[in-house]
Amino acid sequence: MQQPNKLTPFFENLNFERDDNTMVINFGPQHPSAHGQLRLVLELDGEQVVKAYPDIGYLHRGIEKMAENMTYNEFLPTTDRLDYIASTSNNYAYALAVEKLLGIEAPRRAQVIRTMLLELNRVISHLFFIATHALDVGAMSVFLYAFREREYAMDLMEEYCGARLTHSSVRIGGVPLDLPKDWIINMISFCDKVDHELEHTYNALLQENRIWKMRLEDVGVISAEDALSWGCTGPMLRGSGVNWDIRKEEPYELYGELDFDIPVSNRCDSYGRYRLYMEEMKQSTRILRQLVPMYKESDPQLMAHAPQYISAPKEEIMTQNYALMQHFVLVTQGMRPPKGEVYVPTESPKGELGFYIKSEGEPYAYRLKCRAPSFFHTGLLQEILVGTYIADVVTIIGSTNIVFGEVDR
Amino acid sequence: MAQHQVNYASAAGLPIALTSVDKLVNWGRSNSLWPLTYGLACCAIEMMASGASRYDFDRMGTIFRASPRQADVMILAGTLSKKHSEFARRLYDQMTEPKWVISMGSCANTGGMFNTYATVQGVDRIIPVDIYLPGCAPRPETLQYALMMLQKKIRRESANMNNNTKQNLRLV
Repeated sequence: MQQPNKLTPFFENLNFERDDNTMVINFGPQHPSAHGQLRLVLELDGEQVVKAYPDIGYLHRGIEKMAENMTYNEFLPTTDRLDYIASTSNNYAYALAVEKLLGIEAPRRAQVIRTMLLELNRVISHLFFIATHALDVGAMSVFLYAFREREYAMDLMEEYCGARLTHSSVRIGGVPLDLPKDWIINMISFCDKVDHELEHTYNALLQENRIWKMRLEDVGVISAEDALSWGCTGPMLRGSGVNWDIRKEEPYELYGELDFDIPVSNRCDSYGRYRLYMEEMKQSTRILRQLVPMYKESDPQLMAHAPQYISAPKEEIMTQNYALMQHFVLVTQGMRPPKGEVYVPTESPKGELGFYIKSEGEPYAYRLKCRAPSFFHTGLLQEILVGTYIADVVTIIGSTNIVFGEVDR
Repeated sequence: MAQHQVNYASAAGLPIALTSVDKLVNWGRSNSLWPLTYGLACCAIEMMASGASRYDFDRMGTIFRASPRQADVMILAGTLSKKHSEFARRLYDQMTEPKWVISMGSCANTGGMFNTYATVQGVDRIIPVDIYLPGCAPRPETLQYALMMLQKKIRRESANMNNNTKQNLRLV
């Protein structure tokens, strides 16, 4: 039993010396493959994992509590820091939840731009997955190639909203800006680049790579029952042969009008999930191409017309007294949504990302809950790590694609 | 036997450079800054991007190491929570001298936007910081500039770390 004091802190009294021939090792929270701040306590029998306890909370920042003390628009940039690899998907999920609470809908052009940004973020996130997963397994060059393409996608994001990582590119009720000049052309050439590189670089480097297959095949097997009972969503669920994608099941934004496929893998292992991510990137570029004609046909209105909740356009504020007054109230006090509660799920690159908001009619949310996919995938680790070898632990953690910003919140 | 008069100090003399121990040691230290991969949150992604293809920090002699024993610089990238802070101190203590710390991003500098019960309001409450790097998240160029500032700072220091008091270390 440790006696905690200032110099020897309290480490949960782990009994590292055992009598039953098992060894307890600590993994993280600072580990290059821990995907942030995951701490795992593993009980080993030889090289086999007997028990695994994921320990989370090392990145807990109190984001949900912060939401209770911020107006709805103020909180939007904080959602960037949840899943910081694909920020727009968080911004969007939050904005959609508030819009449902307010009962407004974004105009057509804003929807097109949002869908573009969402799919671009999906490509960014999946490229990041391929990069870090390969780096964890030991393929360093894939990391360098994937980050090269990712930089081009970040350039597009930067050109649109000015930020590389924390975008805040969506507003409640629409988007703040129209697409810059030539953005569409750059985006199409980016799609061409990604399609080409997926085929000729990543597939060539990984798909039939003997070492890659040996490290991934039959590692981290999750049966469909396990995946469902542990609350897996996104590629973790589809990698186990369950065809479930919220973009198809409960279409939001323009996904109902778009033509795309949901890839499903029946392999249930890490290799199947890797193939799934590759296929989803191809589907994302397919969606991006379809959005270009939709953008050109849409009207230039960017924000929904609801002066009670959303400031009117600048011309109206400058010319009409009442619009100015409403704008003043919105800026100084914040919008007051009607009483009620709402939960809206969206398909983020990692799975089902949803925001639950309870409103009491005040400018601040009474309670905000973020349902983040990575949290459930971290919980699953205690099930799937048991029985695997210690060398596969890093592969499995990489394959779950967890991000600690949204696990710990 | 011919007699040669060699002026060793002139440019056309033998390939000899005269310098002080301080300069020599600091030349080596400043050009092989190996940072610890200490990614905590969003800034870690930009730190990874710095090491990847476009920004390629390897060309500056900055090679990311996964172990504190092999690292010279701790780039503390991201939000430090109270739960994690004891590990941050432990990792800093595990690094061998000479060591420096770059605090990357607003959260590491001051707590940033996360003024909550769970977040340490600035890593300088836990470990001494050499360079504060503003931004949320700072771009890789910003990190590159911070490393160049650190190099400058190291070149001004004494090679004997005991001579470096906190005041001499301050950047003007």
